[in-house]
Amino acid sequence: MPRTERTRALRVVLAEDSVLLREGLIGLLARFGHEVVAAVGDADALRDAVAAHEPDIVVTDVRMPPGFQDEGLRAAVALRAERPALPVLVLSQYVQRSYAADLLDAGDGTGVGYLLKDRVGQVEEFADALARVADGGTVVDPEVVRQLLRRHRDPLEALTPREREVLGLVAEGRSNGSIARRLVVTEAAVGKHIGNILAKLDLPPAEDTHRRVLAVLTYLRA
Amino acid sequence: MDARTPWQALARPRFPRTSWPWRSAGYLLGGGIVGVCAAAVFLVLGVFSLLLVGLPLLLLSGLALGGVERRRLRLVDLDPAPDPHRVPAAPGLAAWFRLRVGEPATWREFAYALLLATVLGPLDLLAVAAGVGLPAALLSAPVRLALDGHETKVVKAYLVTSYPEAFAAALLGAVLLVALAYPLAAVAGARAALARALLTPRETEARGAIGEVIASRARLVDAFEAERRRIERDLHDGAQQRLVALTMTLGLARLDAPPGGPLAEQLAKAHAEAGQVLTELRELIHGIHPQVLADYGLGPALTDAADRSAVPVTTDVELPRLPESVESAGYFAGCEALANIGKHSGASRAALTARHTDGVLRIEVEDDGRGAADPAGGSGLTGLADRIAVLDGTLTIMSPPGGPTLLRVEIPCPALSARERSESSSPRTASSSGRG
Repeated sequence: MPRTERTRALRVVLAEDSVLLREGLIGLLARFGHEVVAAVGDADALRDAVAAHEPDIVVTDVRMPPGFQDEGLRAAVALRAERPALPVLVLSQYVQRSYAADLLDAGDGTGVGYLLKDRVGQVEEFADALARVADGGTVVDPEVVRQLLRRHRDPLEALTPREREVLGLVAEGRSNGSIARRLVVTEAAVGKHIGNILAKLDLPPAEDTHRRVLAVLTYLRA
Repeated sequence: MDARTPWQALARPRFPRTSWPWRSAGYLLGGGIVGVCAAAVFLVLGVFSLLLVGLPLLLLSGLALGGVERRRLRLVDLDPAPDPHRVPAAPGLAAWFRLRVGEPATWREFAYALLLATVLGPLDLLAVAAGVGLPAALLSAPVRLALDGHETKVVKAYLVTSYPEAFAAALLGAVLLVALAYPLAAVAGARAALARALLTPRETEARGAIGEVIASRARLVDAFEAERRRIERDLHDGAQQRLVALTMTLGLARLDAPPGGPLAEQLAKAHAEAGQVLTELRELIHGIHPQVLADYGLGPALTDAADRSAVPVTTDVELPRLPESVESAGYFAGCEALANIGKHSGASRAALTARHTDGVLRIEVEDDGRGAADPAGGSGLTGLADRIAVLDGTLTIMSPPGGPTLLRVEIPCPALSARERSESSSPRTASSSGRG
């Protein structure tokens, strides 16, 4: 994967309660030229840090103190409600559609990412996803996507297997070019598939930029 | 059916030839002897209790006598006579004594002991004397005449001087022995009934004991749940975070290693291994206690479980938040059902429905497989049934050969309001934030 695609240095607010992982992530982000302006350990501190630093992107863990439930996710959803344009990347230990759906429902679904924590280890993929979210993209962990594909879902019944595959890759936040390379087809073919998907999911070409996100949301809620 | 008490035995035609007359006589004789002993003990302890030290002993003698009498009851009453006393919750003599003093059963035993010493004991003896002693005296007339040679007094009233007279008395004794066996058994039956009434647990006490057992099983299940959550937390906050950090470090190292060299190859291998371990650990942690259950409740947790199913599952789930133990039992029931469908049913699709109506949680999992699921065969299902039974719920499986299979879980429980929910989860919050 070409990691030089985007070189914009991002100012990041990081929320992660494990010190080990927090330090690791700071190092990782620095390696890719980003700056962690604040690294915090709980949800309240996250809100304060965002207010103080106005970062380009927030990276947060789902489970955080004090309750060690989904405080991080709740904080992300609340931040998105206040600042719809703030990109948020949530790292989760769990492959859960519920978490991803809650996050995507916050705001208009652009500039959000839901990644499995394991993905952090694939450092280039992670850096790539981070950049895409910062640029307003929507990234859903391939593992969540894969699970959803296995299920039989009524609203997507009209789609052909190939179209479902394409929609899954769209949900992962990939561009048409990236999807074309993955499926070894031309970009025009991918565009045609996506056109068919949007038509079948009844998403008319009115508000062009967000239709892909709406398709992903349909996919997640199905 | 064989007789189990003297009263039942009385109605049988072969009563005189059974052991019941002798059992009755033995029981009453024993009662008389115990009564005399009790009277003696009470007399001594009564004097002591003037000095107060005898009072606890008086109570203890009641307890001991209750035990003896319950054992003796076996002679004429074949039904079990359980101990009405509860087992002390705390160890030590003091706790035991406090429990005993507080129990109504203790005081019923004491009352029985007093009654035995003063009224029942003498009555027992009188009954034995009349029912057995009198016929025995008549029966012994020929022997005593032979011993004496000239004359003997029967029952200290009637003088017998000749053998015909003596044998007539003996005959009368034999007839009386049989005839009196009936009232004797009746008296023994009455005594046994009285002893049973006073010395065995009342229905409410027995029910209380069962309630206690169910409550302790529920506590056990709760403790088990808490332990599951603790293990999940420890794995999540410890091993899992370290592994993520490790894969991150290995990933960064791969970036810096000269591409194509042996180092890059080794690092790639290590990286892949670590990633594999992380995936396995994640699945393991999820199986122990899925976080989504605590965060979102049973409904989304079941939907997520359906996502994971190997067989496509359509879900129709609409649930409020429910008590934690119910959500957990319902979740694992649903997972077990889905896992069984994946493993054994040969089904091509399944449907999961969950509703909470009229205070009952109902989960139904249906598949189009070959059926013939055996609830007794699968240890997973048996364990689930036990777990659901503790919550007063039921697990039903309808699985005719050829299918389809329907598994239904029903657990009565209240729906929780948002406030109750946060209250119920607050102890967790307190305990987890205390870990630092």
